[in-house]
Amino acid sequence: MDLNYTAEQIAFRREVREWLAANVPTDPLASFDTAEGFAQHRQWEQTLASGNWGMVTWPKEYGGRACSLIEWLVFEEEYYRARAPLRVNQNGIFLLGPTLMEYGTPEQKQRFISAMASGEEMWAQGWSEPDAGSDMAAIRSTALRHGDEYVINGQKVWSTRAVYADWVFCLFRTDKDSERHQGLSFILVPLDAPGVTVRPIPQLNGLPGFAEIFFDEVRVPVFNRLGEEGQGWSIAMSTAGFERGLMLRSPARFQETAKRLVELYRQHQNDILDLSIEDAVVSSFMDAEAYALSTYQTASRLDQGGKIGPESSVNKIFWSELDQRMHETALNILAGRAELWPHASAATGVGNWLDGFLFAQSGPIYAGTNEIQRNIIAERMLGMPRK
Amino acid sequence: MNFTFSEEQLLFQSNIADYLQKEVTPEAVRATWETDTGRDEARWQQMADLGLTAMLVPEAYGGLGLKEIDFILLAYECGRVALPEPLVSTAMVATPLLASVAQDHPQCAEVLQQIATGEALVAIGHTASDFVCDAHTADFLLLPQGDEIHLLPRNAVHYTAQPSVDPSRRLFTVDWQASPQTRLAGGKAGVKLLAATLNRGALGVAAQLLGLAQTMVDMTVQYTAERKQFGRAIGSNQALKHHMANCAVSIEFALPVLHRAAYTVTQQACLADYPVSHAKVSASQAALLAAKNGIQSHGAMGYTWECDLHIFMKRAWALDKSWGHNGFHKNRLHQWLLNPAALIGADKTFGLQQAS
Repeated sequence: MDLNYTAEQIAFRREVREWLAANVPTDPLASFDTAEGFAQHRQWEQTLASGNWGMVTWPKEYGGRACSLIEWLVFEEEYYRARAPLRVNQNGIFLLGPTLMEYGTPEQKQRFISAMASGEEMWAQGWSEPDAGSDMAAIRSTALRHGDEYVINGQKVWSTRAVYADWVFCLFRTDKDSERHQGLSFILVPLDAPGVTVRPIPQLNGLPGFAEIFFDEVRVPVFNRLGEEGQGWSIAMSTAGFERGLMLRSPARFQETAKRLVELYRQHQNDILDLSIEDAVVSSFMDAEAYALSTYQTASRLDQGGKIGPESSVNKIFWSELDQRMHETALNILAGRAELWPHASAATGVGNWLDGFLFAQSGPIYAGTNEIQRNIIAERMLGMPRK
Repeated sequence: MNFTFSEEQLLFQSNIADYLQKEVTPEAVRATWETDTGRDEARWQQMADLGLTAMLVPEAYGGLGLKEIDFILLAYECGRVALPEPLVSTAMVATPLLASVAQDHPQCAEVLQQIATGEALVAIGHTASDFVCDAHTADFLLLPQGDEIHLLPRNAVHYTAQPSVDPSRRLFTVDWQASPQTRLAGGKAGVKLLAATLNRGALGVAAQLLGLAQTMVDMTVQYTAERKQFGRAIGSNQALKHHMANCAVSIEFALPVLHRAAYTVTQQACLADYPVSHAKVSASQAALLAAKNGIQSHGAMGYTWECDLHIFMKRAWALDKSWGHNGFHKNRLHQWLLNPAALIGADKTFGLQQAS
């Protein structure tokens, strides 16, 4: 065990810090759930790609830097420290990217990873259906093979970023007589294909952060299938592992929120009456640190050839509930002004806490509800009986 | 940057775990309760023969010259079995204190040699507690007075038993007289040694608490798989699954915190206050939750003397308050966070290590 960064890691941190200082937009971008903000964020992804910072862990041939996971954590720390824009293509780079690396053919990698890394193509996620939420194996939308094409019919829902994205990765039933986890395939669909209709769904903040997608006789080439036909469930589970596990929510994000919470608390320390706030600030900070330490341990292990295990479910519960608690605490500190949007004239010092609070409500729900995660921990990690 | 234990360290942990789980069964712990001292001398000698008491004794005094980071996995295993003997407090808390004054105090060098062989058991008092554990079987006691630390043989002190909820814990109030001959350190040096001792004490307790928590989870998972109601295992109910999942989450995120604290105590003891308090608070929370959810999931059986769960619950309840209760450690964290110079933020995860 050695908790000192190597000279190379320190130099890498400096390089990231300098590049971000020179390139992060000085004015905050508009929300990526508006047309204007999406375009701005796409531009930012292209700027990142121009410096080969799009996804530092990827091989150099795909625009990455072949970094270790420890270096990836350093990058993320600097990224959030610099308050750089959120990653509009997170579905692509954090979820589909690693899946393509594992299951894609060389041609598929060439076709999709490069365009993802360069910031040209933005991705949405298409798993849930109206009757397949927590019970994802209840998927009914079909992609039936006709020659060299799949013909897709059905509906997806809660597809994050689908309103402005270019592509969506989906699970469809390729064997119409199959049930549950069998007969599903992982298929990539361009959102401008004929027969695709995207209906935006406004979220709590009023912006269309997700959408319903309707598929009516949509045709895609067989080339767009990732992995074997019928292998979709296990591929999706590996994507879910990455999503809940390591990449989607790096600890830096929560550490910066915790830091801002501590700063807010220091400012208001003398007018706080609620005795629970002190405890909530201290425990939030501790938990953000604990998540970082746990991730460093996992990253060290993986860098040495270990495999990611059931910690993905544990992580997702921990960070999503931490995020909720931090934002609740901030609003408790802001007290009467907590409900004001930042553009209200009386909203001095409210920062972005309200928007963050609203978003934090989704954390325990998306990527598999925390109730489902707790079942997974109990059954697969602890071995408790399913029935 | 490598936040993992070495293969040797992990192999050592697994060997010690095998030994302790074979020797220190719940039946063995109960048998020890029935003895006069509540301690098993043969077991102590066995552990000494395995080198466990000698781990942190410097090589110059016949020890292995290892550090807290090497001992932490063993301390966790002591919690796993609720070991009654004070291995952690003698070998990890008292020993480094003796080692740091041994050059000026030949009697400490002698005591260290006896710790290594298993001949001497050393109890340790601290201003953080009114009580001394194991005063009755200790050959020597390390006792604080103001900023001073003294070493006395047992026959030089009077001790009065103060029964604890945990039958394995043997607590005493101790009356004694300081003298220039008993004094090991004082003034600034004494304050520093006492502060470091408190951190090692809290670290050792945190490790044991996490071991206890894991054992309570394991016992509960097993019990709820066997116990049937309404024609099926009660562990198939989501409410009980979520009780255990919550315990697993809190243990999972307390362990790396414990490991960072052990590393910091080893490498930069003067910066260890914050990591140690963090570890102690997190481990306490995990252990108390495992006790609460464990007894609830056991139903009435968990409330009996017969069920082994209370061996671990009671230790957790007792250790939670020792070497600085929650209020002490949370207050330390709070004061640290209020300091505008505190190194916090995403790039400061290992800021404490980098600061020097």
